[in-house]
Amino acid sequence: MDLSEQTLEKIEKTIAKFPKKRSAMLPILHLIQEEKGYLDPEAEEWVAAKLEVTPIQVREVVTFYPMYRQKPIGKVHVKVCRTLSCALVGAYKVCEKLEEELKCKRGETSADGKYTIEFVECIADCGKGPVVQVDDKMYELIKPEKAGELAEEIKRMAEAGPEAVATAQPGTPGFKG
Amino acid sequence: MIQKLPVQERRIVYKHVDEEGYTNDIECYLKNGGYEVMKKAYQAQPEDLRQEVLNSGLKGRGGAGFPTGMKWKFVDHKSGKPIYLICNADESEPGTFKDRQLIYQDPHQLIEGMMISAFANNCAQAFIYIRGEFINGARILENAIEEARAKNFLGDDVLGSGYSCEITVCRGAGAYICGEETGLIESLEGKRGYPRVKPPYFPAVLGLYQCPTIVNNVETLCQVKHVIDMGGDEFAKIGVKGDSGTHIWGVSGHVQRPGYYEIEAGACTFGDLLHDFCGGPLPGRQFKALIPGGSSTKVLKWGEKFKVKHPNDGQEYEWGVEDIPLDAISIGLCGTFLGTGGSIVMDDSTDMLEALANLNAFYGHESCGQCTPCREGSLWLEKLSGRMTSGKARPEDVPLLKDIADQVAGRTICAHGEAVAWPVQSAVPKFQDEYLDKISKQASGQRYNPAGYPLI
Ligand SMILES: Cc1cc2nc3c(=O)[nH]c(=O)nc-3n(C[C@H](O)[C@H](O)[C@H](O)COP(=O)(O)O)c2cc1C
Ligand code: SF4
Ligand code: FES
Repeated sequence: MDLSEQTLEKIEKTIAKFPKKRSAMLPILHLIQEEKGYLDPEAEEWVAAKLEVTPIQVREVVTFYPMYRQKPIGKVHVKVCRTLSCALVGAYKVCEKLEEELKCKRGETSADGKYTIEFVECIADCGKGPVVQVDDKMYELIKPEKAGELAEEIKRMAEAGPEAVATAQPGTPGFKG
Repeated sequence: MIQKLPVQERRIVYKHVDEEGYTNDIECYLKNGGYEVMKKAYQAQPEDLRQEVLNSGLKGRGGAGFPTGMKWKFVDHKSGKPIYLICNADESEPGTFKDRQLIYQDPHQLIEGMMISAFANNCAQAFIYIRGEFINGARILENAIEEARAKNFLGDDVLGSGYSCEITVCRGAGAYICGEETGLIESLEGKRGYPRVKPPYFPAVLGLYQCPTIVNNVETLCQVKHVIDMGGDEFAKIGVKGDSGTHIWGVSGHVQRPGYYEIEAGACTFGDLLHDFCGGPLPGRQFKALIPGGSSTKVLKWGEKFKVKHPNDGQEYEWGVEDIPLDAISIGLCGTFLGTGGSIVMDDSTDMLEALANLNAFYGHESCGQCTPCREGSLWLEKLSGRMTSGKARPEDVPLLKDIADQVAGRTICAHGEAVAWPVQSAVPKFQDEYLDKISKQASGQRYNPAGYPLI
């Protein structure tokens, strides 16, 4: 499997941080998924060799955790929270509106490959619901009336290159994630 | 004892949250007296620090409310194996969003609290297990750890004390069950987050890598810093007997001003919280139900009366929901729990059956599947309540819901079983009239209560 120098370096550093290699499983799978977009059998085997476990032990992990994907997704990943606090203030309507605007059903990727919408469980920002996580950015207080505006922004993100959507770096004053 | 104090926040761990000009870098933290408590603590003996925490009466803020000093006492120091400290930053209980602010806005407070706790318990290494969705939170923590390392607040020979300890961040990947401490440990070992059977796998004895392990919540570890700063006895004076310190109330749902409020235990009531802090119900609405401390705590209904005899003063009280004082003892007397303090408020536009179906869908999705009562029970509850909201309900489905829930609680490996059962067990008796009314009216498949948003 070909991984970038950068990712390989991060993987080595991550393994060194844990008393046992296998503990680096979740972080490494995140790193590979960030570069490749998803985790295929080749990736599973590569990780198994790296951490000195069997491929099935990697597969068990990949299939247990909702955030790991075995298939590619759209360019922009939209996660709408569906749990009670967000639902009480309109999350179901927001999700419907985004589905309509982005021409993409929940749990699926749009035909043009631009968007994937997931209707996810609570993302721990319940006081500012409804919340929508777009890639690594949180959009808060997205009332159904504001879902159209958010859809426009998401469309712009899909058009723009990756530089344009990169978030500010931590360590810079005022960075709040 | 329940005399009414002027209602105001008492910010201890949230002192700098949302403060104008306060940033999450180490320079800002140091300007505000950061790491001074740690410097003081590293002059003391570890066992003395543990005694302070025991004296403080601090209880865990992750939901179960177990006394922290006691948890630390159970740690096996004689095995000769390394002892590990894990910060539970999974924050996965629906309605809970308190640790997020600490992680994003004041990460060094957490690191200081962890380095004090690690030193106090002779821990060989510490970990922060953070939920996968907090991508930027993990970046902030990693950055803060490097900043702290550069100043020798962690790493080798911390502050010249001869004590060395690393903090390693591990991001989860979206599984609620990894908030349960033994599921978390499995996950941190690079496996599926299957909770372990207790006994024998009590973390204090057989935790991470089968070594003694302490798992504490983010807020708990931040509170430890203040316990050591004030001294255990001083800390114990805050709050009420049996519940010391402050609680962060994270209010969501149908109020004018949802948000987080740090309040001294017992200093005010739910009424004060929801009216004075949160601005009361939305225009033209009335409160109907409250889930007080995260989605798995038992629901309270407006109009209910709680006749209690308070152990702290021996007095008898009759409380409505709004009269319940905000401390673990009083809330416990009303048949529910303070939990994480994540209060979900529902007003009279809410269809309570849809609300229950929403939660059942959550628990069905999050069961790890190891034990049959939880795996099957949670899915049956999800399917049954889901069907009941779609116009295909029978009156006998209402007792059936409760019947299923009754067969889950107490029969499982971990407390997810209770989390599955409690919302149903509490809501069915309290709202069954509404459910039955809905069932008789909704045969057409139309939404029963179109005033509110759909919840399922
Ligand atoms: C299903 C389930 C989910 C849990 N999720 C969390 C969580 O997200 N964060 C947390 O701190 N504790 C969570 N807990 C509680 C932990 O098991 C554990 O009690 C807690 O982290 C201990 O820390 P404390 O003593 O500081 O409260 C959960 C428990 C259960 C049963
Ligand atoms: S109670 Fe549920 S979540 Fe807990 S171990 Fe059993 S199946 Fe898994
Ligand atoms: S319910 Fe949506 S963030 Fe918690």
